[in-house]
Amino acid sequence: MNLRKYQKVYKKFLHTSLASELEYKTNILVDFITAILSLVGSIFLLSIFFQNNGYIGGWKFEQALIIQGIYTILNGITNTWFNPNLTEIVKHIREGTLDFVLLKPIDSQFFISLKKINPSGILEIMLGFFLLFFCIRINQINLNLSFLTQSLVTISCSICILYSLWFFISTTTIWFVKTWNAIEVLRSFLYIGRFPLNSFSFSLRIFFSVLIPIAFITTIPSEVFLGLSQLWKILLEVIVATVFLITSRKFWLFALKFYSSASS
Amino acid sequence: MISKLINRKIFTLLKVQYSNMLEYRVEIALWAISGIIPFFMLNIWTNNNLNESINISDVMLSRYFLCAFFVRQFSVVWVVFSFEEDSLMGKVSPYLIQPLNPFFRYFAQHLAEQITRFPFALLIAFFFFIFNPESIWIPNLGILFLSIVSTFLSFLIQFLIQSIIACLCFWTEKASSVERLLFIPTLFLSGLLAPVVSFPTYVKSWIYLTPFPYLIDFPANLLSGNETNISGGLSMQILWIFLLFPLFKKIWSEGTKKYTAMGS
Repeated sequence: MNLRKYQKVYKKFLHTSLASELEYKTNILVDFITAILSLVGSIFLLSIFFQNNGYIGGWKFEQALIIQGIYTILNGITNTWFNPNLTEIVKHIREGTLDFVLLKPIDSQFFISLKKINPSGILEIMLGFFLLFFCIRINQINLNLSFLTQSLVTISCSICILYSLWFFISTTTIWFVKTWNAIEVLRSFLYIGRFPLNSFSFSLRIFFSVLIPIAFITTIPSEVFLGLSQLWKILLEVIVATVFLITSRKFWLFALKFYSSASS
Repeated sequence: MISKLINRKIFTLLKVQYSNMLEYRVEIALWAISGIIPFFMLNIWTNNNLNESINISDVMLSRYFLCAFFVRQFSVVWVVFSFEEDSLMGKVSPYLIQPLNPFFRYFAQHLAEQITRFPFALLIAFFFFIFNPESIWIPNLGILFLSIVSTFLSFLIQFLIQSIIACLCFWTEKASSVERLLFIPTLFLSGLLAPVVSFPTYVKSWIYLTPFPYLIDFPANLLSGNETNISGGLSMQILWIFLLFPLFKKIWSEGTKKYTAMGS
């Protein structure tokens, strides 16, 4: 019953935000070209790294492409859902319109995390899948059931971690009001996800797996694709993802206690 | 008389914008942090010994990336985003009545932000030297002066390009997506992520005809003491400014005729 209500509400969200986004059709096209160029650019950068070396951090070029594919999918998801919605939180808090969200008989986190959608990101997700299928062919990966479940589990965990990171920073808006820049810092750190973790020095590797778990986001799913991942790593990612989701939820409810509206 | 007036206008604008920017110290500090991608790239380069193939020593490469960081810090431009917001909110209308091109306002805003940003950039450089003490060097005064000039010219080129894009707001309302599109070649070809020397020859053959390598690669090479053609680089920068400035004036005068005063 409850789930059906949320489904119905989400359908309405989709409808309204698609309708408003499709007003700017050329914008979507330009964003899509941007996504393609950005992928071409990162493959170009990768090819510079590999032009005289066979291996970077133990990864071959064809294998490193898998990371690019996964990064593109996750970036597409970020651009479709996280970015448009969570930047909206900043607006809600600054203008005090979060009041209206909190008054609605619906979960506030659900509302602010899924209200908007940016269709050009979906094209980017498709682009990422296209690259991944290409990688599966050139790396001659066997498609079997355990591989599919493992990759599905790890990628969904990555999505959860990524969402929690974004949601964390957006939640801090309740105290700091302006957090655009913190999101920019997160974006620049996430950029690291385009490269295999082993290509960085030891200290950076520690930093990116303990303090900010960017390592988990792209490297572990890519290792699953190559059949290199041990079970404990996958389990660890599941645990990290659950912890992140729960804490981000708790943190949001905690932060709401400090929300004191604006201009009213 | 006239020069006195201009002086006073510019001085007042700068003073106002500087005090405005000082309000947002934390924000600007975060901006500065979000520019540390060159250091991650440096880590990949040196950790995998990729620099051996392009004949640049570790020390020179780390100086290059530090300088790239600095040049980027002082040539970040966001005029299109400010202008788009002002234009959608109808704030451009009062600016247009004033006997001063509104872009002077944005220009002063950028300069003031750079002054505010300077101590943070120095602090990041200080930490960089703690971790890489062997890369400390002191450029001689002449080179320092020339690289400050070329960084400023790089800033001017980017400011002009973005102002031209910002003027598209008069026609399309959402010009920032065009800027995001143009940012991709800037990111990958300017030398922020990899020095232009390392690019494959089929790219090097035409890249020096575009403005991109003069945005970061040229000033960074100049400052870090890597090999570069000083007079050639400076003259290309000036040439691009002379090409872009009339274009900006043209599109500005066309655009203001089109202006429809949104939101008022």
